[in-house]
Amino acid sequence: MSSSLTVERHPETRPPEQRTHRQVSTLPLVAPSVIALLLWMIVPLVMTIWFSFQRYNLLNPEAREFIGFGNFTFILSDPGFWISIGITILLVVSVLVITIGLGTLLAILFDQEFPGQGIARVLAISPFFVMPTVSALIWKNMLMHPVNGLFAQITRGLGLGAIDWFANFPLLAIIIIVSWEWLPFALLILLTAIQSLDHEQLEAAHMDGAKPLALFRFVMLPHLSRAIAVVAMIETIFFLTIFAEIFVTTGGGPGLATTNLAYYIFLKALLEFDVGGASAGGLIAVILANIVAIFLMRSVARNLDT
Amino acid sequence: MSTVTLRDIHKRYTDVEVIKGIDLDINDQEFVVFVGPSGCGKSTLLRMIAGLEDISSGDLLIDGERVNDVPPDKRGLAMVFQTYALYPHMTVAENMAFSLRLAGMSKQQRLERAREVARTLQLEPLLNRKPKELSGGQRQRVAIGRALVRSPKVFLFDEPLSNLDAALRVQMRLELASLHDSLQATMIYVTHDQVEAMTLADKIVVLQGGIVEQVGSPLELYHHPRNLFVAGFIGSPKMNFLTVTVSAVNDSGTTVQLPGDASITIPVKPGSLSVGDRATLGIRPEHLKLDQTNPTLTGEVLVVERLGGETFLYVRIAGGDTLIVQTDGDNPSRMHDRALIRINGELCHLFDQNGESVPKSRRHHLTDESHEQQYQSRVSYQAE
Repeated sequence: MSSSLTVERHPETRPPEQRTHRQVSTLPLVAPSVIALLLWMIVPLVMTIWFSFQRYNLLNPEAREFIGFGNFTFILSDPGFWISIGITILLVVSVLVITIGLGTLLAILFDQEFPGQGIARVLAISPFFVMPTVSALIWKNMLMHPVNGLFAQITRGLGLGAIDWFANFPLLAIIIIVSWEWLPFALLILLTAIQSLDHEQLEAAHMDGAKPLALFRFVMLPHLSRAIAVVAMIETIFFLTIFAEIFVTTGGGPGLATTNLAYYIFLKALLEFDVGGASAGGLIAVILANIVAIFLMRSVARNLDT
Repeated sequence: MSTVTLRDIHKRYTDVEVIKGIDLDINDQEFVVFVGPSGCGKSTLLRMIAGLEDISSGDLLIDGERVNDVPPDKRGLAMVFQTYALYPHMTVAENMAFSLRLAGMSKQQRLERAREVARTLQLEPLLNRKPKELSGGQRQRVAIGRALVRSPKVFLFDEPLSNLDAALRVQMRLELASLHDSLQATMIYVTHDQVEAMTLADKIVVLQGGIVEQVGSPLELYHHPRNLFVAGFIGSPKMNFLTVTVSAVNDSGTTVQLPGDASITIPVKPGSLSVGDRATLGIRPEHLKLDQTNPTLTGEVLVVERLGGETFLYVRIAGGDTLIVQTDGDNPSRMHDRALIRINGELCHLFDQNGESVPKSRRHHLTDESHEQQYQSRVSYQAE
C-alpha cells in the first residue's frame, strides 16, 4: 500500500517490482521446513488420536474396530492409572524441591572463594553428563545394592544391617537417583545467577545491618527467584517423562510403587500390546502436561516481568 | 558530635600493601573529599572506614571510640554506593526502610520514617515505584534517602555521581552541597573528579599510592601545593612544569634561569635550594599571559583549543617544552603563530629536586592558617 502511494507521488522512481515478487516468493522457500515440522508433529499426533479410539491389541490385530471413548473410560476407571498420576506428581514435586533447595545452597557455597574451586565445580556438575541409564545402573549395582552396594557395606560395617532400597523404599530410591542427576543442572543455572548479583548490593545490605540469614532471605533469594522459576519449568518438563531410571532399576514395581505416567503407558503398550489403550493414556498425558505447562508458563512469565 | 580519626591505618593483602599508614582527623560537620588517581587507595580507605574491609593495622576512631572490630551496621555510618546498589525487588519505600526493618521497627513506624525522608528529597511521589522505573538521578536520590533514614553519624559517598550524565552531575553536586548544609553532618566523599572535590569539600585529602600527599582546603591545595604531584593533580588543565636553574637565593625570593635565557624571581622563603641547583618551576595555564611588549618567553603555537569562553594554546618554547596557556575566548591566535608569553613570578611555584614545594613568602589571602597547623600537628604526632 505504501509503495503504491510513493509510486503516485514520484512517478519518475520506478516501482520496485522485484520487491512484490520477493514477498510472494518467500513462502515457497520456507514451506519445506514448515511442512516438515507440521508432518513431524501432526502425523504422530493424528495417529495417536486415531489409535486411541480403536480397539487395537497387537496380540489380536484382526479384531481391530472403532470403539469411541472406550479406551478412555477404561483407562480413567483403572486404579493403576490414578496411582501412576499420583506417583508422577510425587516424583516431580519431591525432586524439584530437593534439586532447587540443595542447588541454591550449593550455589551459594560454590560462589565462595576457596582453593580448588575450578575442579570442585567441574566435579559437582559432572553427574549431569552421565546418561540416565548408566547412572541408574551405577546406583542400582554399586551403591544401593543390598549385598554389594557401598551403602550396605557401610551400614553393615556399623552393625546396622543392610537396606534393600528397591524393595523397601523403591520410590525414595528413584527420587534420590533422579535428584543426583539433576542437582548439577540446578546448581549450574543458580550459580551463574548468583554470580550476576551486584556485589555492592550485598555490601549495602551489610551496611544496613543484614546478617547472613537476612542477606539470603532479602537479597539473594529475590535475585534468584527468576532463575529458580526457569529451573523449575525446565526440570518439570523432563521429570514428567522420567523413564530410564525406572526401567533400569525397579521396572515400575514392586507392584505399581514406582510406575509413573510414562511407565504406565509403556506397560500398556509394550507389555499388554494394547496400542489403543496406550494411545489413550498418551493423549491424557499430553493434556496433563499442557495443563502443567500453562500454569508454569504463567508463573514464569510473571516472574520474568518483574 | 561525630568525628572520625585515623591513626597509622594500614591495609595489606597477602603480598601488597595498598594503604601505607594514613593519619587523618575529620572534624564534626566537615565535608572531607578523598581524591587521587585510580588505584590510589581512596575507595579502599573509605571501605575500611565503612567496615567493609578489615583494617590490617592502626586505629580507626569514631567519636573517639575505637571501632576497628565493630561490624559495619553498628558504626553509625551510612554509605552511598557508586552503582546505588538499590534492592531491585523492593519499592523505593521498602528500600529506604530496609535497615529499619532489619532493626525490628514496626511496619507503620518505618514507612512513616521513609516518607519523612522522602519528603525532604522530593521523592514522595515515587515511594511505590521499583528502582528500575526510576531515572539515574532519582535512583541516586533514593540511595541518599536510604542513608538518611538511618540518621547516621557520618555519611560515606563512594563516587556517587560518576554514573550520571554531565548536566545531572552538576545538579546533584549542588543538591549534595545543600544537603550537607541542612544536615550539618560529617561527610566523607570519594571521587576522582577534581571539580567535585574543589566545589564540595571543606577539606581535600589527596592520596597517591596509599599515602596522603596533602590535606587542606581546596584553595590551600590550589595555591600552596606541597609537592609536584598535588600541583599537577589539582587544577585543569594541568599546571605547566619547566626545568630551571637557580641563579640567586635571598630573603625576598629565589631567582631562576628559564630555558630561553630569561630569568624571573619567585617570592619564596629561602629553603633547600642553593645557587646552581636544578629545580622545577610550576605555573598554571590561567596564570600565563600573552604579552607583546614585555615577554618572558617566546614560542610557537602548536594547537589552539577554543572552548568559547576561553581558549587553550599549546605553545612550544625554546628547549622543547610545551606550555598550556589559557586566554580569553576572543584571542585571535592561530596555529603556528608566534606566542609571546609573560610569566609573573608572584604566581609561580617552585619545587626542589625531590619534588617538594619551596614554601612561599606570603600565603594566599583566601587560605587560612588552620589547615596548615592541623597538618603540622599531624606530622608531629607521626614523629612521636
